[in-house]
Amino acid sequence: MATITLKDLVKAYGDTEVLHHVAADIQDGEFLVIVGPSGCGKSTLLRMIAGLETVTSGEVSIGDRMVNKLEPADRDIAMVFQNYALYPHMSVRENMAYGLKIRRIDKGEINRRVEEAADILELRPYLDRKPRQLSGGQRQRVAMGRAIVRDPKVFLFDEPLSNLDAKLRVQMRLEIRKLQQKLGVTSIYVTHDQVEAMTLGDRLMVLNGGYVEQIGTPIELYDRPATVFVAGFIGSPAMNLITIEARENQLELPNGVRLEGGSDLGKVTLGIRPEHLESDGTGLIRVTAQLFEQLGANTLLHGVLESTDCEIIVSLPGHVSAVAGTVMCFSVQAQNLHIFDFQTGKRIEA
Amino acid sequence: MVENRPILSVVSHLVLILGVVIVALPIWITFVASTHDAVRMTQVPIPLLPGSHFVENFKETLFGTGLSSSAGAPVWRMLLNSMTMALMIAFGKISISLISAFAIVYFKFPFRMGFFWMIFITLMLPVEVRILPTFEVVANLGMLNSYWGLSIPLIASATATFMFRQVFLTIPDEMLESARIDGAGPMRFFWDILIPLSRTNIAALFVILFIYGWNQYLWPLLITTDSDMTTIVVSIKQMLEAAEQSPKWNIIMMTALLAMIPPVFVVVAMQRLFVQGLTETDK
Repeated sequence: MATITLKDLVKAYGDTEVLHHVAADIQDGEFLVIVGPSGCGKSTLLRMIAGLETVTSGEVSIGDRMVNKLEPADRDIAMVFQNYALYPHMSVRENMAYGLKIRRIDKGEINRRVEEAADILELRPYLDRKPRQLSGGQRQRVAMGRAIVRDPKVFLFDEPLSNLDAKLRVQMRLEIRKLQQKLGVTSIYVTHDQVEAMTLGDRLMVLNGGYVEQIGTPIELYDRPATVFVAGFIGSPAMNLITIEARENQLELPNGVRLEGGSDLGKVTLGIRPEHLESDGTGLIRVTAQLFEQLGANTLLHGVLESTDCEIIVSLPGHVSAVAGTVMCFSVQAQNLHIFDFQTGKRIEA
Repeated sequence: MVENRPILSVVSHLVLILGVVIVALPIWITFVASTHDAVRMTQVPIPLLPGSHFVENFKETLFGTGLSSSAGAPVWRMLLNSMTMALMIAFGKISISLISAFAIVYFKFPFRMGFFWMIFITLMLPVEVRILPTFEVVANLGMLNSYWGLSIPLIASATATFMFRQVFLTIPDEMLESARIDGAGPMRFFWDILIPLSRTNIAALFVILFIYGWNQYLWPLLITTDSDMTTIVVSIKQMLEAAEQSPKWNIIMMTALLAMIPPVFVVVAMQRLFVQGLTETDK
């Protein structure tokens, strides 16, 4: 069990800096999810913590120990890889025991720990099988078992669920969360899937282009995104982002309609979540419908702001449908408006 | 294919039978010749059915020395020489290539690719091309008429190094990273992960290299002057040239038959692993 501290962490390949001054404190027993689009440096960051990539500058500490120069094996971590990286020529039991065997742990103790982990993960019937005789979900569990038996201070997960089918992914997601809560081990989990990030993490770190955009609980990120990027990335369907003029304490939409709110800010980006647009027949936001996606519990309306080509998505409860071209009216409550600086993309507090 | 065309089946069977006959006839004649006495073998036409002297010929060939006018070593000794040479070449080539491929793929050191290309270029320099300087070196080292002299000049292999490099490149990086997190050092990784994962490739290569070593002719001919060190392949040729005698075909054919057995045994024994290597896709 341990805290993890990242201090001013930089990674550069030659002259190209891919991670810029990342800083974070991860509490003991916390589940931190690093999320971002592909190529944002999230895997690199995880691999730096694991010791598989060198640190260009800055510090990684696990517990009270600075681990920059330590080999992965000496950092007291365990990692679950995207493709599981099980040793194909070893049985499940041998796979799980390999790290302990290298550490010259007593045979009886190894067996005890492997069987204990196998019980937790319901892998006991498969202990003597080879990885290729297992299904994707079972392999995933073996990879987790390999991490558990080591009893490490930190678990690192590198997109462990992306090779599974959708249904299994949801199930394994829950299992990982339950397991982590049961064992109480500090964990860092990398994913590009924002739903996975929201459901798993105590806190989320959103990375974009090597910069930390925001660190916070899922609800903080959802309710008060710090930047336009976070606003667009967290939440599904994505937040509507519209470039508008804010003047005379009013927000002027591209089609000239004015909403109450804001101050004299000039050009800003306005964000409204699709589920915060309420259909009330008299609202000021008039949307020309183009397409309805029926999801059962709710309906997604894809349209444009009337007499502009500014695309809008609205999430409506229940079943709704209309002919394409119908104009529908929506209103939105003032506290559900997000305003961002047009230049920097930073949130402007009302 | 599931098809029922009688003419097609007849034709394809004929083609296959013809192929079998072409391949098997020389072997059959070798076998038949090894079962007759020397006198019968000098008469025309040559026999096509086995005779009754097999055991006799077998004993004389394997343990007797009267093969030719020269006081040759018994055939069992030559088989042993060939076997030792072929095994030394096969094991030597495999070990050296495994280690050099390991170095080239998994370690960063100056001129890494330079070394790789240097190894690769030796493909252009088989024994036949460098035979004089190699002989000079082996002679100066005092390795003439020894197993070391027979095998060491043939032991480096660019082909095998290249092949193992390709095999190692197909093993995902995560395997190495996972082993590093498990605390395995480089040699541990080599023994516990790389070698078991290349097992089938090693077996396939062993088959090829053993036969390569077994069939060596020019090099052993050159550096063995002592008849105790002659290899079986060289000796068959020498038997034919026995001065002022008609060749003893029954003995020569028995020798040829014996010379065939080890390679056949290796191929048959390794076949299971060989096929596994082709069908196993998991890495």
